[in-house]
Amino acid sequence: MSNLMTWIDDRFPATKMWNDHLAKYYTPKNFNFWYFFGSLALMVLVIQIISGIFLTMHYKPDGAMAFASVEYIMRDVPYGWLIRYIHSTGATAFFVVVYLHMLRGLMYGSYKKPRELIWLFGMFIYLALMAEAFMGYLLPWGQMSYWGAQVIISLFSAIPVIGDDLTLWIRGDFVIGDATLNRFFALHVIALPFVLVFLVIAHILALHEVGSNNPDGVEIKKNKGPDGIPLDGIPFHPYYSVKDIVGVVVFLFFFSVVMFYFPDGGGYLLEHANFIAADPLKTPEHIAPVWYFTPFYAILRAVPDKLMGVGTMGAAIVVLFFLPWIDRCKVKSIRYRSVIFKVNLIVFCVSFVVLGWLAMQPATEILTFFSRVFTFFYFAFFAVLYVTSKNEKTKPVPDRVTS
Amino acid sequence: MKTATIKKIMKLLIVAAMLMPVMATASGSVHLESAPIDINDKESLRRGAKAFADYCYSCHAASFVRFNRIAKDLEMSEEDVREMMIHTRGKKGAPTKIGDLMKVSMTDDYAKNAFGTAVPDLSLEARARGADWVYTYLRSFYVDPYRPNGFNNAVFPDVGMPNVLWSLQGLQEARYKTVMHGDVEVEELEGFEQVSAGKLSPEEYDMFVADLTNFMVYIGEPVQVERRSLGWKVLLFLIVLFGFAYALKKEYWKDVH
Repeated sequence: MSNLMTWIDDRFPATKMWNDHLAKYYTPKNFNFWYFFGSLALMVLVIQIISGIFLTMHYKPDGAMAFASVEYIMRDVPYGWLIRYIHSTGATAFFVVVYLHMLRGLMYGSYKKPRELIWLFGMFIYLALMAEAFMGYLLPWGQMSYWGAQVIISLFSAIPVIGDDLTLWIRGDFVIGDATLNRFFALHVIALPFVLVFLVIAHILALHEVGSNNPDGVEIKKNKGPDGIPLDGIPFHPYYSVKDIVGVVVFLFFFSVVMFYFPDGGGYLLEHANFIAADPLKTPEHIAPVWYFTPFYAILRAVPDKLMGVGTMGAAIVVLFFLPWIDRCKVKSIRYRSVIFKVNLIVFCVSFVVLGWLAMQPATEILTFFSRVFTFFYFAFFAVLYVTSKNEKTKPVPDRVTS
Repeated sequence: MKTATIKKIMKLLIVAAMLMPVMATASGSVHLESAPIDINDKESLRRGAKAFADYCYSCHAASFVRFNRIAKDLEMSEEDVREMMIHTRGKKGAPTKIGDLMKVSMTDDYAKNAFGTAVPDLSLEARARGADWVYTYLRSFYVDPYRPNGFNNAVFPDVGMPNVLWSLQGLQEARYKTVMHGDVEVEELEGFEQVSAGKLSPEEYDMFVADLTNFMVYIGEPVQVERRSLGWKVLLFLIVLFGFAYALKKEYWKDVH
């Protein structure tokens, strides 16, 4: 056995990689609940890829057959229903996990020097994930697939001069049709998964280069023992591998509750209108995107002018990329930061959730007013952060991690 | 001073967030009655299948559903299902097979001539609209001399479908009341009045529609009973696995201080 490992190691850095990334990757020992979501996101990615491969074996990316092929999977393919629900629940789970993972980053300042690139790779993952989810949602070819895509693609037509040509180029037709479905299928099953996997590798490599942050925001590499190992560090494997297994089991429990008992999530995960085949001549009464896009959709609707709305919505995502430079406070963790920061972050989270809820409601006058208010709070977070973080009144940060 | 102001804004925000669902619920469609159905009641599902075969499945297809799947799920023999549901032949004249999908021969063009619209496939109708909608819809036809087929529907105004169940239900007329919306007088549906009796009493008719609704919920997602029964086994397994995973974690973390 050891001979075999030597043989391999002479030709491929198997043991070195194992040590660098798992057995001798030293991780702060004080990770809390919020640190489960990184490994969970990776697991959900794997779940989505595997369930997706099996769906691809039976799905037909054809405007005349797509809807029926999904029902064929649901009814005639052995355990096809299970695979389909794993994939549809997985999409929601992915965003739940990623949003919590991002919130963790906000709370503990995980995007700050020297981890700016980790944050940027993460943001690109988030973008790719949104594109992946959007294109995947067209594939069942139901009414909401069709009209949701119609609304989102038509946003590009707001761009001056090239807008109309651009939307035509994206759709491949004058309306959403077979051509659109085919290209979205190609992008959903090949192009974007590739991009996602490469970005995830970059995200993890960047993380392992500088080491993990922790709830105290203390750099454990500053306090090393005589053996060069951080005093507050423990090897990722076996300590966090066994701990993450517990997280995985708990996660799978909630995942299974949704998948087996609420697969359509009351119409929020699989929308009711999506059980009606796509019909270009019949617009559904109420078009709402799936929940994970809704905060941005609310921001779009809050702005009266289409171009300005698209711009504002884009800015809501782009501004997140600049977070490492907007937040100028040297202290990382929320534990040692000012009340203003805490309140600011809470207002931001509340705004994000409320915007998400608002986008699912019909745009009445009063609700549009609230959309504007909360859009303001969403952006105010970054402005307040920039202004107050420069000379923030922080508490003293300990040298070593606490408990 | 700043903190106090921010706290005030926070309180306002939270109150606003809590108030919003109340403001958004106002919507003016017909009240849907809760469908008294039980998906585990095989007897009801079999009655519903018969009702579907007798009254729906000559215009409406359920083209994602196979006859033999119904036999399996509703615990019926394939012979019984064939007798109850299959009255058609294929293009070459051979009887429709038990493994076939529940299609109909009516074309969209014919339906547009007859009813003014294509007849929707019912495989997913209950899943798209909800059981309560189907249950209420089938009980809400009323006599309306201004409609081409003599019927209208309170849940789906000016629907193309006639009341094919009238011989069972009898005929009912809509009764309206006048209500004031501000200064405007509005005619609002108050209820129905039976004007001629059908073969079934109102209670029997409601049960008939409930069985039919139950069957339509079943064909909307045939696997739902199996799904739920597999679910608790998986959850039980995960609970046991959690015990082992947690013990393993505890054991390893003993030496971390």
